[in-house]
Amino acid sequence: MVRFLLRRVLQGVVVLWLITMAVFALFYIAPNDVARTLAGRQASPETIALISHRLGLDQPIWKQYLDFVWRALHGDLGYDYYHQVPVTTIMGAALPVTASLVLGAAVIWVGLGVTNGVLSAVRPRSVTDRSLTVFSLFFYSMPSFLLGLVLLYFLYYQLTLHGLAVLPAGGYSPLAGGLGTWLQHLLLPWFTLALVQAATYTRLTRGSMLDVLGEDYVRTARSKGISERRVVVRHALRSALTPVVTQFGIDVAGLLGGAIVTEQVFSLPGLGKTAVDAINQQDLPVIIGIVLFASTAVVVANIAVDAVYAVLDPRVRLH
Amino acid sequence: MALLEVRDLHVEFDTPDGVVHAVRGLSFDVERGSTLAVVGESGSGKSVATQTITGLTRGARVTGSAVFDGTELLGASEETLRAVRGARIGMIFQDPLSSLHPYYTVGWQVAEMIRAHDRTVTRAMARERAAELLSLVGIPRARRRVDDYPHQFSGGMRQRVMIAMAVALDPALLIADEPTTALDVTVQAQVLEVMQQLQDRFGTAIVLITHDLGVVAEMADEVVVMYAGRAMEVAPRRELFYHPHHPYSEGLLRSLPSRGEPGSRLVPVPGAPPSLLDPPQGCPFRPRCPHAFADCHDQPPLRPVGGSPDHLSACWLPPSRGTTTGEVPAPAARELQEAP
Repeated sequence: MVRFLLRRVLQGVVVLWLITMAVFALFYIAPNDVARTLAGRQASPETIALISHRLGLDQPIWKQYLDFVWRALHGDLGYDYYHQVPVTTIMGAALPVTASLVLGAAVIWVGLGVTNGVLSAVRPRSVTDRSLTVFSLFFYSMPSFLLGLVLLYFLYYQLTLHGLAVLPAGGYSPLAGGLGTWLQHLLLPWFTLALVQAATYTRLTRGSMLDVLGEDYVRTARSKGISERRVVVRHALRSALTPVVTQFGIDVAGLLGGAIVTEQVFSLPGLGKTAVDAINQQDLPVIIGIVLFASTAVVVANIAVDAVYAVLDPRVRLH
Repeated sequence: MALLEVRDLHVEFDTPDGVVHAVRGLSFDVERGSTLAVVGESGSGKSVATQTITGLTRGARVTGSAVFDGTELLGASEETLRAVRGARIGMIFQDPLSSLHPYYTVGWQVAEMIRAHDRTVTRAMARERAAELLSLVGIPRARRRVDDYPHQFSGGMRQRVMIAMAVALDPALLIADEPTTALDVTVQAQVLEVMQQLQDRFGTAIVLITHDLGVVAEMADEVVVMYAGRAMEVAPRRELFYHPHHPYSEGLLRSLPSRGEPGSRLVPVPGAPPSLLDPPQGCPFRPRCPHAFADCHDQPPLRPVGGSPDHLSACWLPPSRGTTTGEVPAPAARELQEAP
């Protein structure tokens, strides 16, 4: 098991290494004047020359790449010339916003999705099953920007019009500034993200549960005379959660790289919004930083999923 | 009064292709402390029948009666059935690997059975009892293996775990659904021996579902031969092997490979079992029966034939047939002689 995880970590390192090469190639070898782009349109020739020198653009390409990787390894992702701060500072400010959004939403979508999936699977083709399917597909087929706007219209605009100014129109309030306001600002974004995601989890859990409920060991569990609730939760759901864990790892990692649409709709200054702004401004170091962070999150999440497998399934633990 | 009395059991399933008549009027008794073998080909309804009795077939239409120790099980509340399942009727199944939960230790799975019916038992006590049970069914170093997972055991040892779980609460009846089919031949005998020892020690009645006549010869007191959801013949073991009445039973006994005559051909029962979607009128074995005649278009009732009053057969052939032909198929006789 340790050897297996070690191999996965090594694979992850290789993947990240390939990503640094791709990112580097894309932004540094692309046929445009990097120093000019980095400095912005109104920069003077002196600034461009200075940037060119500071970036080591007068160096050979392999040396530039090595410098880039070396600095990245030391947590230095470059300098954002628009805001005159290191990229890591910008990302450090954006990450808690995205993390709050994604992790909070994750709790809702896993809770909702798994519960609905189990309810559907224990009575397949029943009214409950069909209603939950319609409920899931309704949100699944709805683009999140639309869902976000609809929620804003009813729960912010209409409520505020009727004198119930409970929820804000957008923006972020850090947890340090009080739990209440943090929740207020995140409630609508959470549900916007979670309702769309929950559909996937409902369908996944339902399918997986239907498979497991047909297993011989579920029949054995019933033959023991234990309650149906225990059969479903302790025996069936325990096994059915394995594919859900995989999906969860991929989703959380993907969204940590930026829940772009949701952050945009609710003006949350998270990684997704920062990335969009950076792209609009051609703010290359910030884009590179976010791309590297996002890919690291995906690689780490995949290894974490493998480790969780070992906890869930004793057969994995021993091989 | 017998421990389990099944009368006129019918089980039907609705499928997209139509109604499947899996069991069509099955009756049998299981006496306390005895072994009843239910024999038949795949799809003859033997597993469905026994699982229906304990309420494990879901979405089926069930009629008839199954009285276990004075309690009617068919149509009983889930609560009643749960109290019976595990505690009064233990069950083991064909494939012990897929029948044990892969994510829980064997000790946990045995202990769960104990605690499911008696919440006063602590976790530690249940675990201790689980170790004792594993040792009882012949698992070496049981105290240490109690924390192992099913995949760490061999096939035979897994089936022993299933047996330990099934007999944990000293049930009056053990239903063993093809307990040796998935096992190596050498291991089969060991598992049967464990079951027999437990029966001798605790007086457990056993319903043994099998298609292996060798297993029947070794274990059974009484035999029910099932075909297309019906009992074709019910007889004490020796009676069935020496004086089979129903042509289907006869065919089964003849189809046993004979070790005594090398190079001799196997004698199969020609044809295939009928579809249970639309079972034929009259005797279901008629299309394959070498003795079929006009009367066979009416379903024959189970009626006494031959010498023993316990010997019943659902066939219109003369009752004396089983005794007068007197001819014992050689392989069947061999199976019987080898049985203890």
